[in-house]
Amino acid sequence: MKKSFLSGMLAVMMAATLLAGCGGSAGQKETKAPETQAAETQAATEAAQSEGGAEAAEGLVGQDEGAVLNIHGWNEEFKSRVAAYYPGYEEVDANTGKIGNVTVKWTITPSTDNAYQNELDSSLPNNAAAAADDKVDMFVCDADYVVKYVQSEYTASIADLGIDEAELANQYQYTIDVGTDQNGTIKGLSWQACPGVLIYNRAIAKEVLGSDDPATVQEAVKDWDAFNATAAKLKEAGYTITSGADDLYRVFNDNASQPCVVDGKIVIDDQTKAWVDEAKMLVDGGMTNTYSLWGDEWNKGFFPNTENKPFCYFGPAWLIDFCMAADDASSIAANGGWGAVEGPMGFSWGGTWILGAADTDNPTLVGDIMRVLTTNDETMKQIVVDVNDFANNKPVMNEMAQDPNYSDAVLGGQNALPMFCAGAEKISKSNLTIYDQGYTEEIQKAMKNYFEGNATYEEALEQFYKAMIEKYPELTH
Amino acid sequence: MNRSKVARYNRWGYIFLIPFFVVFVIFQLIPLASTIYNSFFENYRSGLSQIGPNFIGLQNYKTLLSNGDLLQYTKNTMIMWILGFVPQIIVSLLLGAWFSDPSLRLKCQRFFKTVIYLPNLIMASAFSMLFFTLFSDSGPINSILLQTGILSTRYAFMSHIWSVRGLVAMMNFIMWFGNTTILLMAGMMGIDPSLYEAAQVDGASATKIFFRITLPLLRPILIYVLITSLIGGLQMFDVPQILTNGSGDPMRSSMTLIMYLNKHLYSKNFGMAGALSVILFIITAFLSILVFRATGERESGRRHRDRVR
Repeated sequence: MKKSFLSGMLAVMMAATLLAGCGGSAGQKETKAPETQAAETQAATEAAQSEGGAEAAEGLVGQDEGAVLNIHGWNEEFKSRVAAYYPGYEEVDANTGKIGNVTVKWTITPSTDNAYQNELDSSLPNNAAAAADDKVDMFVCDADYVVKYVQSEYTASIADLGIDEAELANQYQYTIDVGTDQNGTIKGLSWQACPGVLIYNRAIAKEVLGSDDPATVQEAVKDWDAFNATAAKLKEAGYTITSGADDLYRVFNDNASQPCVVDGKIVIDDQTKAWVDEAKMLVDGGMTNTYSLWGDEWNKGFFPNTENKPFCYFGPAWLIDFCMAADDASSIAANGGWGAVEGPMGFSWGGTWILGAADTDNPTLVGDIMRVLTTNDETMKQIVVDVNDFANNKPVMNEMAQDPNYSDAVLGGQNALPMFCAGAEKISKSNLTIYDQGYTEEIQKAMKNYFEGNATYEEALEQFYKAMIEKYPELTH
Repeated sequence: MNRSKVARYNRWGYIFLIPFFVVFVIFQLIPLASTIYNSFFENYRSGLSQIGPNFIGLQNYKTLLSNGDLLQYTKNTMIMWILGFVPQIIVSLLLGAWFSDPSLRLKCQRFFKTVIYLPNLIMASAFSMLFFTLFSDSGPINSILLQTGILSTRYAFMSHIWSVRGLVAMMNFIMWFGNTTILLMAGMMGIDPSLYEAAQVDGASATKIFFRITLPLLRPILIYVLITSLIGGLQMFDVPQILTNGSGDPMRSSMTLIMYLNKHLYSKNFGMAGALSVILFIITAFLSILVFRATGERESGRRHRDRVR
């Protein structure tokens, strides 16, 4: 009898632990509800109090909108822009901020291997059904996949966010075209334009080319023949022309005449093939390395070091300001050791577009952040002065290009804006597809095998197709 | 009266088994069935739109088996497993024999047993990240080799097929030899010491004792180690995944079966991933049954012999 009582107790206890999980969460939910209610009422009273107050985010908080602004991104760039240039933004901790009474929540997912896109793809379709505080309100996209979201039903038209098309008059047309969907509705706005230049190491230019003057350097890299001759000269002196073979990818591929996928078929454009040939030639000749973009070895060229001494990088203004470690006192950038020239071929690379999510519960605030960051002349000028980004504002940029008081410290006091202005006018992004990020990552990965001699071009191409179809099962080749 | 009491008391046994079966059904049986079910469908995400699920019969299996990738990745997996398992079993046998030999009177046994097990406590991803940094083009290993004059130029460990495979095998070896040593040691300590004494009295050398007494009697444990290591090897994922950044390069020569499975999960291709999982399940089941049979027959054979005797 005693025994059966004991085992009965044990069984009951076990069942209790088994169910404890469910019980616990239910209890939590119940207790949580009054808390949120209290928080809401508090927010409401606070909002009512501050309604008269002028400064709190320009009176936007007084309107009856969501208490939480969820912003998704793939790196810290947009966050730093909002933190620095949106009036009333206060940082709370690494992933939260405050604008008036609205809490700003940042969700940062790295973009490698489509991780950021997968994150958006799973959260955006549920946005309409999500609780108000969990809704994605706005997010940023790189040029490689922005069209996917612009053309989807999950993004809001800027008209619905309170922005008039006339306000965009100063922007570069290509940035508006990229942000416009198939029906002509504008949805995405960018604060930057991304014409690319060749960014060279002044010390190496002096040593090998005899001068670090942009005119001399441009003469040495004015076309691919001159570029290759200079590469050979640099090799003699113990340098490489670029950090890796992938550096040249954007230069060639941005000039491709067709999209990377046409009617569901993966396309290798002549320019893409030209990149493979040029890069292979440079790697075989010992004139460049095979370091992958963004890797530790690739980045080494941003600092004085003995292992990786590249002469130049190719990139737009954001590469100079955001990637070259100018905030690190030991970097070449911090000591003004770079210069910029047009290089052998004009190109553009990347760019960040801000998109408002459909079903956002903070449309006014989202619209206002977009407006302040992408159309306000003062803000955009300040961005250029502070961090040397190239702002998406034609008159301001043209004016600053002529301004003798403006110079880029990273570029050794050079004013590269005239070059960027000229480049920005020529950009066309009509070949963008939803597959660009996967295409770029996979072709660079696959061709690395060819460059390093582990495969023939055909084998590497075959592996590229294989990897693409794994990522996008609907494609053929 | 008494019998019904026993029966009533027995039902507690079943009650105590319930938690296991609940967990088993929810986390093992249902996923297993749904994986098999999913493998017959075309079902993936293309960006923001969902394709399928459309029933396509055995099409996924056909695609998988016809393009030759599966064979290549199976080969890679087995090569890397064997490269790691052979040194692992040799070193473990040696260490196990030393640790369990009372005549050697090894000092600090507990300390060394702990130390050799320690690598297994490190997270595999952290471990391979460490190796990635150590063996990178400008990493410390390259610097040491250059400065000591062994190499004249840097060796790109991550760009050569056999160095990548070798590194994966080495990591698996370092992580698992301690575990195997402890298993084998347990087996060795279970051998009747009088057998050793008898052999010593007969004048057998230490090597002879090892090969004639220890090894044959260790067979069941060895087979257990082999099968668990084989199943673990087939599921090799984290080490090569992190070391090659998911690419399995050069030319996917270090891509394992599970890394391939992971590629399909990235596009949420449940159909193909399901089919691949089912094939993996069949391979693993086949190998397990093979070994189970091999050991089982010996057991029943011995029992049979005992009965005759």
